[in-house]
Amino acid sequence: MNTNGNLLSVKDLRTYFETEDGTVKAVDGVSFELKRGQTLGIVGESGSGKSVANLSLMRLIPDPPGKIVSGSITFDGRDILKLAPAEVRRIRGKRIAMIFQDPMTSLNPFMRVSKQMMEVTRLHLGHTKRQAREHAIKMLEHVGIPDASERVDSYPHEFSGGMRQRVMIAMALSCKPELLIADEPTTALDVTIQAQILELIRTLKAETGASVILITHDLGVVAGMTDHIIVMYAGRVFEQATTDELFERPGNPYTRGLLRSVPDPTAEQGKLYQIPGLPPDLAHLPAGCPFAPRCERAEDICRRDFPPFVQLTSSHYSLCHFAGEVYAETRGQDG
Amino acid sequence: MAEIATEPLISIRDLEVHFRLAGGLFSRSRRVVKAVDGVTLDIFKGETLGLVGESGCGKTTLGRAVLRLTEPTSGQILFRGDDLAMLSRRAMRERRRQLQVIFQDPYASLNPRMTVSQIIGEPLETFNLARGETKRQRIQDLMEMVGLSRRFLKRYPHEFSGGQRQRIGIARALAVDPDFIVADEPISALDVSIQSQIMNLLDRLRREKNLTYLFISHDLRAIRHFSDRVAVMYLGKIVELAPAKTVYTNPLMPYTKALISAVPVPDPRIEASRRRIVLEGDVPSPINPPPGCRFHTRCPYAVDACRDVEPQLVQIKPGHFAACIRISPEQPDIERVSPGAAPGLEYQR
Repeated sequence: MNTNGNLLSVKDLRTYFETEDGTVKAVDGVSFELKRGQTLGIVGESGSGKSVANLSLMRLIPDPPGKIVSGSITFDGRDILKLAPAEVRRIRGKRIAMIFQDPMTSLNPFMRVSKQMMEVTRLHLGHTKRQAREHAIKMLEHVGIPDASERVDSYPHEFSGGMRQRVMIAMALSCKPELLIADEPTTALDVTIQAQILELIRTLKAETGASVILITHDLGVVAGMTDHIIVMYAGRVFEQATTDELFERPGNPYTRGLLRSVPDPTAEQGKLYQIPGLPPDLAHLPAGCPFAPRCERAEDICRRDFPPFVQLTSSHYSLCHFAGEVYAETRGQDG
Repeated sequence: MAEIATEPLISIRDLEVHFRLAGGLFSRSRRVVKAVDGVTLDIFKGETLGLVGESGCGKTTLGRAVLRLTEPTSGQILFRGDDLAMLSRRAMRERRRQLQVIFQDPYASLNPRMTVSQIIGEPLETFNLARGETKRQRIQDLMEMVGLSRRFLKRYPHEFSGGQRQRIGIARALAVDPDFIVADEPISALDVSIQSQIMNLLDRLRREKNLTYLFISHDLRAIRHFSDRVAVMYLGKIVELAPAKTVYTNPLMPYTKALISAVPVPDPRIEASRRRIVLEGDVPSPINPPPGCRFHTRCPYAVDACRDVEPQLVQIKPGHFAACIRISPEQPDIERVSPGAAPGLEYQR
């Protein structure tokens, strides 16, 4: 196991769905890498493909109608797409764990929390019943559930929203996964509870050294949590950079628009920047750049040719015909 | 705030909305949820009053009660010389022409079997405002006003995206030329790039139509951007009220401080350096709210007296109201109040 290298390397992932309306290219050529102990943010609006990309990593795409048509997903040296289903199941839940926006996606409402948590560690870690129960209580204490030794026998609905999120995190982390994928983990929560959960993920990550993929539409959440960010739009990676660089010097008009359309509580009021138009219909993408119809600086070439993925620095890429210019402009603005 | 009249359009006085909970099959329990529990608030003509709070704090119930979409248990809602709470249902229906609402969920608030033209035209018929060609023209004007193409007249709600549906909801609310609009989480269900479009639209309409908004949201960034004044609600009560900028730069209440410190800022440098107050625990149940100050169970500054005394919303600085016994006009900064002291105790009596 190479501790310096990449834990995860995704190359040219394409996940398509066959619909009555035609082929929907939900994820269309996505590549990224994730080092051990690092956190990657995937940012995008609905329909950007961020959640489909994440489900593809775990081979959880319903087939039909979905299909991973090409690419490779190398996790710790092995291509997940080439593994037998039984081998994928051994990795899923043990070495790669997931948490979702709605905890009830992963919790069974008819089963006591103790039973659900024990099932996981008995299967993956070979715990005895007693070990599994002790471990479950320890994990619940760890994520801050009060009276864990009693609450462990509760049903999921007996917890509040924030506590249920904690239960799901405890379950996801119970096998000490090397990779935690968190898909909008705080979107349904109030800000004070969101702060608690983000703090919890931060602490647990520091303790276990796990890598984290954080999928969200909230640029504020990724700003404080991640090392790298990829911005997705229409199934493509539009920009990829270190977190600091992305916020300071975005090299893509879409990213720049997104950043400017979030109200800044420290700034004076005024008209808010807005990206015009609507996200595209993935079954009927326009020719050229998918963002061109909404882009304030689009020119003829944007409506004609698909843009190149331009390298701006050693770790900064942007999918735009004018990436260099946009990058230079934002540099000027910032300095 | 200079351009805003200081004449209240709506004055809410001691408003309470209590819900009686059904007990179990054989129980005779008399449990009551005090969703709104004694709110007094003026909404000035032409202003946007932001109402912010966590889920379960009663902000939506308060907004609905002001329009009597939920019946208040007691208190007054004064509007143009009437107490809305006392009006007959029939008289209230007439009043709704001036008082409209925009809902959070544009998927649930539009009748799926009606075309856009029928949805926007319905209030025009209800209030007998326009017929025939005038009505058709009016519907088209409204659609244009909210940025919808007239090509969509004959389409059904399911054919639209979330942002477009919200525009339809806004056009419907504006059809009757109201004075006052309760906007309940109008952007929460929308994508980031669409949220700014809808906020700008609401802002433009306010200026053009001289509207007054009660803007309800849990999103503090949107509230700050959009509101002139902000009221912070916790478990059925207003705990702080001040101009929007002041609430952000100089909040007085420990709860407001925690709320604002919890909002993630889209700037990694600020995120890395800021001090975050992480509150312990969840919002307590409104069925049996804690005695005294309702926030004392989570408040890092609580003293014994906070468990006993229910704080009143009082003016601490000009235009800045707070409900906390640990601060007073003389000692407004809770971090500088000596440990254990409750200077507000005297002041509140």
